[in-house]
Amino acid sequence: MTDAVSHARDQIRGPAHAVLEGPDINRALIRISHEILERTKGGQDVVLLGIPTRGVHLARRLAEHIRQFEGRAVPVGSLDITMYRDDLRTKPARPLGRTELPADGVDDRTVVLVDDVLYSGRTVRAALDALGDLGRPRAVQLAALVDRGHRELPIRADYVGKNLPTSKSEIVKVYLEENDGRDAVVLLKEGDK
Amino acid sequence: MSSETSVTTVIKGARILGGEPADILIDGGVIAAVGPDLSGEATVEAAGLIALPGLVDLHTHLREPGREDAETVESGTRAAALGGFTAVHAMANTSPVADTAGVVEQVWRLGLAAGHCDVQPVGAVTEGLGGERLAELGAMADSAARVRVFSDDGRCVSDAVLMRRALEYVKAFDGVVAQHAQEPRLTEGAQMNEGAVSGRLGLTGWPAVAEEAIIARDCLLAAHVGSRLHVCHVSTAGSVEIIRWAKSKGWNVTAEVTPHHLLLTDDLVEDSPVGAYNPIYKVNPPLRTRADVEALRAALADGTIDVVATDHAPHPVEDKETEWAAAAMGMIGLETALAVVQEAMVETGLLDWAGVAERMSYAPARIGRLSGHGRPLEAGSPANITLYDPSVRAQVDPSSYASKSRNTPYEGRSLPGRVVATFLRGRPTVLDGKLA
Amino acid sequence: MRRHLISAADLSRDDALLILDTADELAKISERSIKKLPTLRGRTVVNLFFEDSTRTRISFEAAAKRLSADVINFSAKGSSVSKGESLKDTALTLEAMGADAVVIRHGASGAPHRLAGWVRGSVVNAGDGTHEHPTQALLDAFTMRRRLGPLDGRRVTIVGDVLHSRVARSNVLLLATLGAEVTLVAPPTLLPVSVGSWPCAVSYDLDAVLPKSDVVMMLRVQRERMNAAFFPTEREYSRRYGLDRDRVAKMHDDAIVMHPGPMNRGMEIAAEVADSPRSTIVEQVANGVTTRMAVLYLLLGGANLGGEDL
Repeated sequence: MTDAVSHARDQIRGPAHAVLEGPDINRALIRISHEILERTKGGQDVVLLGIPTRGVHLARRLAEHIRQFEGRAVPVGSLDITMYRDDLRTKPARPLGRTELPADGVDDRTVVLVDDVLYSGRTVRAALDALGDLGRPRAVQLAALVDRGHRELPIRADYVGKNLPTSKSEIVKVYLEENDGRDAVVLLKEGDK
Repeated sequence: MSSETSVTTVIKGARILGGEPADILIDGGVIAAVGPDLSGEATVEAAGLIALPGLVDLHTHLREPGREDAETVESGTRAAALGGFTAVHAMANTSPVADTAGVVEQVWRLGLAAGHCDVQPVGAVTEGLGGERLAELGAMADSAARVRVFSDDGRCVSDAVLMRRALEYVKAFDGVVAQHAQEPRLTEGAQMNEGAVSGRLGLTGWPAVAEEAIIARDCLLAAHVGSRLHVCHVSTAGSVEIIRWAKSKGWNVTAEVTPHHLLLTDDLVEDSPVGAYNPIYKVNPPLRTRADVEALRAALADGTIDVVATDHAPHPVEDKETEWAAAAMGMIGLETALAVVQEAMVETGLLDWAGVAERMSYAPARIGRLSGHGRPLEAGSPANITLYDPSVRAQVDPSSYASKSRNTPYEGRSLPGRVVATFLRGRPTVLDGKLA
Repeated sequence: MRRHLISAADLSRDDALLILDTADELAKISERSIKKLPTLRGRTVVNLFFEDSTRTRISFEAAAKRLSADVINFSAKGSSVSKGESLKDTALTLEAMGADAVVIRHGASGAPHRLAGWVRGSVVNAGDGTHEHPTQALLDAFTMRRRLGPLDGRRVTIVGDVLHSRVARSNVLLLATLGAEVTLVAPPTLLPVSVGSWPCAVSYDLDAVLPKSDVVMMLRVQRERMNAAFFPTEREYSRRYGLDRDRVAKMHDDAIVMHPGPMNRGMEIAAEVADSPRSTIVEQVANGVTTRMAVLYLLLGGANLGGEDL
């Protein structure tokens, strides 16, 4: 099993091209925060659940924006989906991320799942399964910083930072200050691999 | 048989005991002449080969009667001939046990019928190897098999009084008691050498002292009653020290070491190409440490240990393809003995080929009182000859062995040398590395 | 990590920490109302028990089931094994049944090594003879870590029949890997002669070691040892090596008492010590399930990268 964090080891060479820089990301998150507030009557009963690793940082940022706009502390948690993935058998076993629910749980709340990139939809499918084992939210919504298309399941995001048309051979990489020391979304070509 | 011995054969250009090339003329089962430019009706080319007196094994398990699934006299003596042996001592722990004149004669006759090498039965010391009453040692000595070596091998004659009596009794017919030195209480449930490896592996330890204590006692007993003691398969440095001391006293003590104890160590149980806990390395006495191996080699070189004996112990596959504790103890060794001795003793410079002849032919024949074996390669000696090519090296391939069993610990290793031909009283039993 | 878990020595420090961290996450799942995860759906785990050990078998069974694996319990008693079938034939049967993992408990040291040579699935050692019991060591380390934090520099004292204890062997290896300082305390008859080569200290004096211990782990004394002159009497053993109230009073306030079970109350451990707040004995049972879940997940949850094994 060893290193499950192979995706963090992406030393993929090739023309890297930042599609979003720090300020763009910030603007997108502010917009999403406003949208969440609009769609949830000022953030009532909202719980933000980030999908590790970067989804958690994004969820915290969204919560911080909401707190600034509305003065309301929206509960934030994390939801690890590793044990629910449908592609476990294709890679060595990976370490688990954290699942931390706010103290009051998710029952009868509006849960907004937060992830960095929406792609096939399989992560979200796994997240919905994981969530179902934790409680019964009133509604589940989805926020993604980037939607790169190529869905393989009937899933769509309620809040999108940027729609990014890609080819399947491209790789979308999100860097966040908390994790990577800088904010950027980069499009990598797979060509040189 | 007789047709082959009626012609004269000359072995051309063999290096006798590794010396200068010479020819050996065989006539009527004996060596007629040794010298340059001899000729005979048949010729065996032996340029580059070493000629040794036919090897004699003091310690062979042929398993017949009783365990013919593991080995028979026929298959075991084929293996012996292919290994360069012209005589083997068949151990007594058969079923029924070779503890009567009837059983030893049966084994002896099976050997005669097979014809690949001489089979000299060993008689049990105690009835049924039970360790309680002496077997009819005299009857076995007087039988057609003319038994001179007595052993409960596989079990120790642990009762001191019984051992004393056996040592005394065999004096009447110049016999020798070959002791399997293993104090039984100290080795209850023992699985492997007691040391760092057994401690890590959680296998019940087999302490060196269990062997050494019996050897010390038996040396003292042999001295006390003025008899001959032979110590089977010495495996520890401490045993070597005791035997060296006994010999320094002038006591009539001889000892043997197996090829595997000259080469293999107990760490193979933990770490080997065939996986940990592989019972292919399970043997009695157990494989010991590197220090023991070094001491055994030195003792064989300086004569403290008199002979190399194979302790050829065939077991069927199902007795080894088990968990360690359930597996049978023992390794086959007839067909690899000379190769292992070359690797452990000759290539290390500890023994020359004359030394090999002493340890693997002259001395075992002397201890076993086999007058027709272990004679120098000179005119007048019985033509028991082994031709050996020390220059080749090959992977061990158990499937090629004549033994019925495959429990060799050397599979996957490469070993030097090849027995090219074996002559038993002038008749080739092996030619060009194959049974003749 | 390798494909099998047979010895605690198979685990690097990173492997061991990964298992413990994974178990930490999985422990939270044990606290929620739906305890089951779909992770090992469609995978088959065989519990192959040649020795009776209801506790260990149930623990592995619960672990596998919480991960949605199919569990087959194969007990040697009343099966073909008791009719003389060899371990190898049993292995081939399991292989034909498509076992993804075989959890084996066997009375012979090394049986899991042998099994690993005959099956394609992962082999998990659930205790082999007097050799090892690596998942017990993992759950013990997990329990210690929960009570005491990281184990680096922690002083762990293991008391009792080390010679015959698979728990002691696995714990010494794993705790050394995790940076703890282990001291074995036993009468000399119950220590391997080679114990000096182990990565731990040795003492014959429990009272001297107790005040310096963060963890005191008491090993079970097997009844059959008492008849084999390893020590004179039960009473004398208990007096010299048993953990009673007076001895516990010598331990510092945060030190904990562990026992792998089943206990001989009144022999190696006094009842009031076993039931005291220092005692982790009940936690150890619960932690066994989560630790074994972590092991099964990490061995089976990913792709089978065959060939990486021993």
